[in-house]
Amino acid sequence: MSAPVETSAPAEPAASGARRGSRRQKGIAGNALWFWVFVGPFVLGLLIFSYLPIIWSLVLSFFEAYNTATPSKFVGLQNYVDMLTDHNFLSSLGTFTIFAVFIVPLTFVLSLVLALLVNQVKIARAFFRSVFFLPTACSYVVASLIWRLSIFNGVRFGLANTVLGWFGVDGIAWLSTVSPPWYWLPIVTVRLWLQLGFYMILFIAGLQRISPTLYEAAYVDGAKPGWQVFRYITLPQLRATSVAVLILNLIAAYQAFDEFYNLIGNVNYARPPLVYLYGISLGSIQDLGHGSAGALILAVIIMIVTLLQSRIFGFGKAGD
Amino acid sequence: MAVSERTTGTPQPIGFSRSAWGRVGMVLRWIALFIAVVLFLLPFYLILRNALSTEADITAPSWTLFPSHLQWGNIKELFADTQVPMARALYNSAVVGVLGTAGQLLLASMAGYGLARIPYRHADKIFYAIVATLMIPGAVTFIPSFIVVSSLGWVSSLRGLIIPTLFSGFAAFLFRQYFLGFPKELEEAARVDGAGYFGVFWRIVVPNSLPFFAALAAITFIGNWNSFLWPLVIGQDSSSWTIQVAMSTFITAQTINIHELFMAVAVSILPLVLIFAFLQRYLIQGVTQSGIKD
Repeated sequence: MSAPVETSAPAEPAASGARRGSRRQKGIAGNALWFWVFVGPFVLGLLIFSYLPIIWSLVLSFFEAYNTATPSKFVGLQNYVDMLTDHNFLSSLGTFTIFAVFIVPLTFVLSLVLALLVNQVKIARAFFRSVFFLPTACSYVVASLIWRLSIFNGVRFGLANTVLGWFGVDGIAWLSTVSPPWYWLPIVTVRLWLQLGFYMILFIAGLQRISPTLYEAAYVDGAKPGWQVFRYITLPQLRATSVAVLILNLIAAYQAFDEFYNLIGNVNYARPPLVYLYGISLGSIQDLGHGSAGALILAVIIMIVTLLQSRIFGFGKAGD
Repeated sequence: MAVSERTTGTPQPIGFSRSAWGRVGMVLRWIALFIAVVLFLLPFYLILRNALSTEADITAPSWTLFPSHLQWGNIKELFADTQVPMARALYNSAVVGVLGTAGQLLLASMAGYGLARIPYRHADKIFYAIVATLMIPGAVTFIPSFIVVSSLGWVSSLRGLIIPTLFSGFAAFLFRQYFLGFPKELEEAARVDGAGYFGVFWRIVVPNSLPFFAALAAITFIGNWNSFLWPLVIGQDSSSWTIQVAMSTFITAQTINIHELFMAVAVSILPLVLIFAFLQRYLIQGVTQSGIKD
């Protein structure tokens, strides 16, 4: 996104000779028309389905609006105050934070390991890549179904409890055990299964962009193959990819909805922000004022974290 | 790790101990790879196993690798079940998937082309306005988008499912970047022959960009087919459920038999497996293009 924007529009038509100038002028006017033929429908849609909702949401967040999209009573910042002091909303942010603490580092490390493993394979590389990438095509609903109804099923059955049984361990009610919070295991593993392949592909693309001469040079300089080369050549060379992986992954974690909703539903012990906002704004109360305020708070948090993360991991340092 | 592989070709004095360690490392890596393959394929096996099992086999206290017998009738049962709008849901998903993908690519490619190639004074301002929408995380706008769609009276309709998803700022951004790199010479030849922007775009640019379109189409279709939050918000009655919403509804509602549900899962991933089989190369391109955002 920070790519330099090349302005394709030429400078203002130079007034070099009246005839030429007027012809140019006409050409520019024609260009403007064609520009809007091409870009107009898209921009119109963006205005209606992106800008308008955001503005409407901003307006609604200052009003009381139950069961209606028309603001009824102006309440100022009250919705924001309510949301920021709402125990349930705060705990949903806490749920997200725990989720991110699990999922971001695990995804980073495991997708990098998969990429390195697949990259070192000489035979059937496409097969291995496909196997790890295949779950990317599955939906969260499908994966949640398998996790909930087949692997982490009730106490008496399910694959996970069958395996525990082989070792003489009692079955666990995975999704409803709050202490210890076993529900994190299905929640985290389902996302790992679904998204590792995606990030693995990004890392493989990154690995393939590293020039072999760098490795040869390191080897000549006496670097030991393995950890040393990985630490001082591979990892630094993957910096741009790593930043992309971390940021995409964190944003995706913030938007967690599908697997929480389908695995454990709208429960107060493990409810990420979107599930909570879905509940209050489209559930039985349809509290759109508070919902809008919550959504905007969430959007601001995501933007701040994204900016901080790109600052820390260095978009600015990409050149060195 | 990839490194030692790469460098084994170059003649280097390697001590005995290191090569022994190298061999141990190699074995460990193959073991890790093998375990990962089993873990990644296991859920697919479970779908297949359960889709062809009886209900009793799926919920048996002692789980078995194979069902007691294969029950192919599950697929007939699924579509014969009148309580379950599965055929309708598949139809909705197909319409959303195909029209949504075609519409998104058409709008975004035209916008991208206009931004990249048609000189216009305010082009960069428009471009910034499009890029700005990327800053707003998609999923947090579902409440305001629902409000707009509901004021248009599009709730529980295919229009409401498809049209709001067509305007992807990110796709327009990708197309613009792609068209900036499209060889100008090809277009100029056509312009000399008297073609306008429209002719050049349709007859020269699009046909020569099919791999790029295929890459984005594959990834967009999968995204549309698997999308859940928006269809859940819009699909308020069962006639407008997509396959994802239908399956999700039946997990909790228990009005469907579990073996039918797993058959539904198997059916629902079929189109994606086909895309995977035939368009994998483009799919990977699409992921790489859409993944590296910076």
